Amino acid sequence: MKLLVCISKTPDTEAKIQLAADGKSLDTSGMKYIMNPYDEWYALVRALELVEANGGTVTVVNVGPADNDQIIRKALAIGANDAVRINAEPTSAWFVAHQIAAFAKNEGYDIIFCGKETIDYNGSEVPAMLAELLDLPFVSWASKLDMEGDTATIQRDIEGGVEIVKVKTPFVVSAAKGMAEQRIPNMRGIMMAKRKPLKVVEPVPAEDPVAIVQYAMPPAKKGVKLVDPENMDELVRLLHEEAKVI
Amino acid sequence: MSVLVFAEAPQGQFKKAAFEAVTYGRKTADLLGTECHALVLGEAENPAQLGTWGAHKVWHATHDNLNTFDSRSWAAAIAQAAEKTGATVVVMSHTSTGKSVEGRVAIRLGAGSVSGVSRLPTIDGGQFHVVKPVFSGKAYATFEIKTEKKVLSVMGNAVRPETLGSEAPVEALSLDVPAPAVEVVEVKRVEGRVPLPEAEIVVSGGRGLKGPENWGMIEELAEVLGAATACSRPVADMGWRPHHEHVGQTGLAIRPNLYIAIGISGAIQHLAGVNNSKVIVVINKDPEAPFFKAADYGVVGDAFEVVPRLIEAIKRFKAQQN
Ligand SMILES: Cc1cc2nc3c(=O)[nH]c(=O)nc-3n(C[C@H](O)[C@H](O)[C@H](O)COP(=O)(O)OP(=O)(O)OC[C@H]3O[C@@H](n4cnc5c(N)ncnc54)[C@H](O)[C@@H]3O)c2cc1C
Repeated sequence: MKLLVCISKTPDTEAKIQLAADGKSLDTSGMKYIMNPYDEWYALVRALELVEANGGTVTVVNVGPADNDQIIRKALAIGANDAVRINAEPTSAWFVAHQIAAFAKNEGYDIIFCGKETIDYNGSEVPAMLAELLDLPFVSWASKLDMEGDTATIQRDIEGGVEIVKVKTPFVVSAAKGMAEQRIPNMRGIMMAKRKPLKVVEPVPAEDPVAIVQYAMPPAKKGVKLVDPENMDELVRLLHEEAKVI
Repeated sequence: MSVLVFAEAPQGQFKKAAFEAVTYGRKTADLLGTECHALVLGEAENPAQLGTWGAHKVWHATHDNLNTFDSRSWAAAIAQAAEKTGATVVVMSHTSTGKSVEGRVAIRLGAGSVSGVSRLPTIDGGQFHVVKPVFSGKAYATFEIKTEKKVLSVMGNAVRPETLGSEAPVEALSLDVPAPAVEVVEVKRVEGRVPLPEAEIVVSGGRGLKGPENWGMIEELAEVLGAATACSRPVADMGWRPHHEHVGQTGLAIRPNLYIAIGISGAIQHLAGVNNSKVIVVINKDPEAPFFKAADYGVVGDAFEVVPRLIEAIKRFKAQQN
């Protein structure tokens, strides 16, 4: 099996988001970055498990500048065979999908894995765009994936339940919680990662159809109103009369 | 240059998500000085009702290849419908279906897209702007869409469905739909509960509840409020509750009208997914719990005493209302 896992870099989940004075960009000083959890914990690990069971290779691809090599090395340490970095700022889902599609087009991957969304822009758009550009079937928010020959049985999260689908390779899938268990890279993996191939390719032209023009923080809360734990009728009254939510 | 709203009807029934998208589409059409058309794919009960929520007209396409959901077939149908009806803006719901097709439709139409928008668009200095939560709700970003064609998906509970008209005329639309590549084997839904992303009230429990056997009172509180249940990440990781209830930065991001957090400390990753709820109530025995800083109403007390009291108080309140 020839598998591709798309990984992205996001601020650490601990990160407090701060804006530049004019709100037109983020203040990224001191920001720590991680591999997007859905890519790392579920997509990458499930791809590795499939290759461990059936043979094959797992390649990771990232669109980003040289700083991103750190998270790419982590993916290699967890177990990916090789990596490709497309050397450009990932300015929009459209841009990223076009880059990955241009790279993957003639590579003949059986499955292209993405995370269900990134935890920075929460778009969920790259996988669908990639599938469309490559004219492949796509299954979103997959919480289970099993292969039998060239057919995958996938459990997909839908509102208030799940859908079970079957699809033949090649296809694109986006991974959600449940698909695999997070793996922590060990010392041997980290050492081996240093010698695994990381190829850098230049981007293809693709114009961003969207741009962020302004950021804002959520409106601050007015401060908590404490209610006597003995008097829940008062809480109900406040929720009804003041907050008007029940 | 109309606005086309893809109104989904899971199992043939329109839900709140579709009504919200139609109202959003109508207000976008008003902003642009054009008409709002709804698009219905496959069998659905009474498509004309979409007029109530703002559609001037409903296009209804049925086709053998639309009988089950496949992102490629459905995206092809939506993009073709947009082209055939001359739509420049396509609006859909940010649901499991929307997430599967939005990117595909954008590519097909050569359109700029923004997913999960939380406010109506505005025109600022000639630019088309939309706002969405980013970093799982830690901030908001305004996006400019530069292309003539635009695709938007609307986050649940971002707008309220409004009565903006009456029944709309329904016209059949014939589309060329490619055969599905994904075979749907089974759909399993938990019956009788509001799905979490759509819920207006959410009751959520954390590690402070000590064990899965103590969820009875959480379920009961949800029951009396007509709410959905949610949980913090460790609770799902330990298998006390199913994964789909996990909210936060690495779970679902939700924005109900009322979020009641019980025995949850309020870690930054948890707050990220819930801090855009309109009203937050925190019940925690530790007055120093960080969640109180993000709350509107707080109860410092033992959940095992407070929650049963709250259930009784709500029952009394409901009885008075009737
Ligand atoms: C990469 C990463 C991603 C993460 N993503 C998420 C996420 O998406 N969602 C998420 O929720 N977490 C996430 N976390 C975990 C997060 O950091 C916290 O550990 C978690 O939210 C804590 O869950 P909790 O509040 O249920 O438990 P705890 O932090 O243990 O808090 C339990 C609370 O219950 C209170 N309590 C105890 N007994 C009682 C009682 N009898 N009555 C009332 N109150 C009581 C305590 O005072 C305490 O405040 C993530 C962490 C990491 C590292």
